[in-house]
Amino acid sequence: MSNEPVLQVKDLKTYFYLDDNQVARAVDDVDLTVRAGETVALVGESGSGKSITSLSIMQLINKPGKIVDGEISLLGRNLLDLSDKQMTKVRGNDVAMIFQEPMTALNPVYTVGNQIIEVLRKHKKMSKKQARLRAVELLKLVGFPRAEETIDEYPHQLSGGMRQRAMIAIAISCDPKLLIADEPTTALDVTIQAQILDLMSKMKEQLNMGLLLITHDLGVVAEYADRVLVMYGGQIVETSPKYDLFKGPKHPYTQGLLESLPSVHKELNRLGTIRGTVPPAHKFPTGCRFSSRCPHVMEQCLEKNPDLIDIEPERSVRCYLYTGDEGAKHGGDRRETSHSN
Amino acid sequence: MAAIEEKQVIQTDQESIVKIEDLKKYFPIKGGILKRTVGHVKAVDGVTFDIRKGETLGIVGESGSGKSTLGRMILRLLEPTDGEILFQDHDITHLRNKHMRPFRKDMQIIFQDPFASLNTKMSVEQLIEEPLLVQTKLSKKERKEKVKELLEKVGLRASDRLKYPHEFSGGQRQRISIARALAINPKLVIADEAVSALDVSIQAQVLNLMSDLQDEFGLTYLFISHDLSVVKHISDRVGVMYLGRLAEIAPKKNIYEDPLHPYTQALLSSIPDTDVDRERDSVHLDGDLPSPSNPPSGCAFRTRCPMAHERCAEERPELQEVKDGHYVACHLYDE
Repeated sequence: MSNEPVLQVKDLKTYFYLDDNQVARAVDDVDLTVRAGETVALVGESGSGKSITSLSIMQLINKPGKIVDGEISLLGRNLLDLSDKQMTKVRGNDVAMIFQEPMTALNPVYTVGNQIIEVLRKHKKMSKKQARLRAVELLKLVGFPRAEETIDEYPHQLSGGMRQRAMIAIAISCDPKLLIADEPTTALDVTIQAQILDLMSKMKEQLNMGLLLITHDLGVVAEYADRVLVMYGGQIVETSPKYDLFKGPKHPYTQGLLESLPSVHKELNRLGTIRGTVPPAHKFPTGCRFSSRCPHVMEQCLEKNPDLIDIEPERSVRCYLYTGDEGAKHGGDRRETSHSN
Repeated sequence: MAAIEEKQVIQTDQESIVKIEDLKKYFPIKGGILKRTVGHVKAVDGVTFDIRKGETLGIVGESGSGKSTLGRMILRLLEPTDGEILFQDHDITHLRNKHMRPFRKDMQIIFQDPFASLNTKMSVEQLIEEPLLVQTKLSKKERKEKVKELLEKVGLRASDRLKYPHEFSGGQRQRISIARALAINPKLVIADEAVSALDVSIQAQVLNLMSDLQDEFGLTYLFISHDLSVVKHISDRVGVMYLGRLAEIAPKKNIYEDPLHPYTQALLSSIPDTDVDRERDSVHLDGDLPSPSNPPSGCAFRTRCPMAHERCAEERPELQEVKDGHYVACHLYDE
């Protein structure tokens, strides 16, 4: 992977200041890198901070939320130094985003064509005529067979899958270097999901974009990602190339997640579970944030939050099991996770 | 040409708790100034199967396949347009509310969204007590005892009974829904996307709980879901629906290891899987689900089917038994 990094996030902290003087540390010390042509998956359950991370990159965080610290560098430029006006030029141009619900992301009172043309006119300074021609081209590219007609249709006239295709057309209209897709297929049926993910991969290849794929679905990660970042409690707890992660997850949370997943290709009598639930972001335990649910919890886990440490090239994990000698003992052994409820 | 029987009743060696025959639900589409009926959405269009005592029958399908409508008709929450529903050999298709009530005791439903299905103004105790109040003659003290017992059965604390739904997480709320459903000892529980809104680690907890309760109380489940992996995990038999019709129904092993209907095959190859060593199926279905108000002639799946031939447009395939207990509605398997 010798490609240039497109996005580099360092020590990102996004906090929410709640009414009663409490602070929800929704994103806390997140580092991530996306290179050109690479798909990086950010996985986690609800409340893990994965969406807040993506919104922070786009600087779409509103009060009471605030990016407290860190660096977000896109093509070498720190986005946190930009003015609102400069940032508006970056959004939709160098970096574009696709959301889960295409019906709410698209404007219902404008035609699909209008919404693509608007972006092209604004960012690419095209004439109306040029922009319209390009919009038809883009719609064809994302798989609209009757693009000349679809361009004048409204979002409600399209099915869910077709709306998401239209979103992709808008997103790639200005040849972004980075595409952020936040649960892009969660609202779609499986057969349509496969179509959309195939399309996104194809576009990524063709345009040599970096793709940051945010999802809760480990199956999607296994099929489409190159590298995986697992988030829990606002922090990255494990990073790994895809293959290694699914072959030998290191962090007890990743292990638990994989154990709890039913599969169409495996026969399991009983699913593994992770006890308890994700604590809310203003009530993380002191020490390791997973300690309240971890089957391997030790004394030191309750005292101090472990750092994300490198254990192999391209792999890191935030867990005391892998500091010192203990790593050898627990490394990659998935059978040890708790089966009790 | 196969001899296609008009109404095929699926033969079973086990006792069935529910039998539905050629069940249909058409929703009228109103149009024009006079709001005349201009067409019908054929949400369920002739479905026949039975649910056997003690089993879990999984029903999978994409949105618009009619799986939820089907579940609601069995509970008589929706009136069928045509067809027959037998519950323990009693025809309940047209029973009036008063006569339906004794049967309601035996059938319960768990919905997808525990945030919407629990009344936020009622305490957990009131929520679970309500069905006991309606359906049993237990004294107040007995009811309170039963609530405590149920809470513990579903993995909550007896002291939780005084709390309100907003104080619980999604997984815990679904446990409350389960406790409420089980309060009056139903025989059949219909779970309509019951774990779809939950995170995987919580989903696993609830699925395990449902399996335990099934063993303990001898429950029969109709498990409706869009998620093929979850359905595989929990079911004994699986039915696959497409556009209001049953495409295939068979024991779980057959469906997942030897799917016969091209739609089932396509569905299975579309699911992303975490086995990174497995070879990828790159055959993904083209196109969208057609509108149920204007389904294709003949076989509803033919517009997306890679194997479609002339006959598929002309004649609707009926469900036929191809192997032991394995039924499929596809012309590829005609004699």
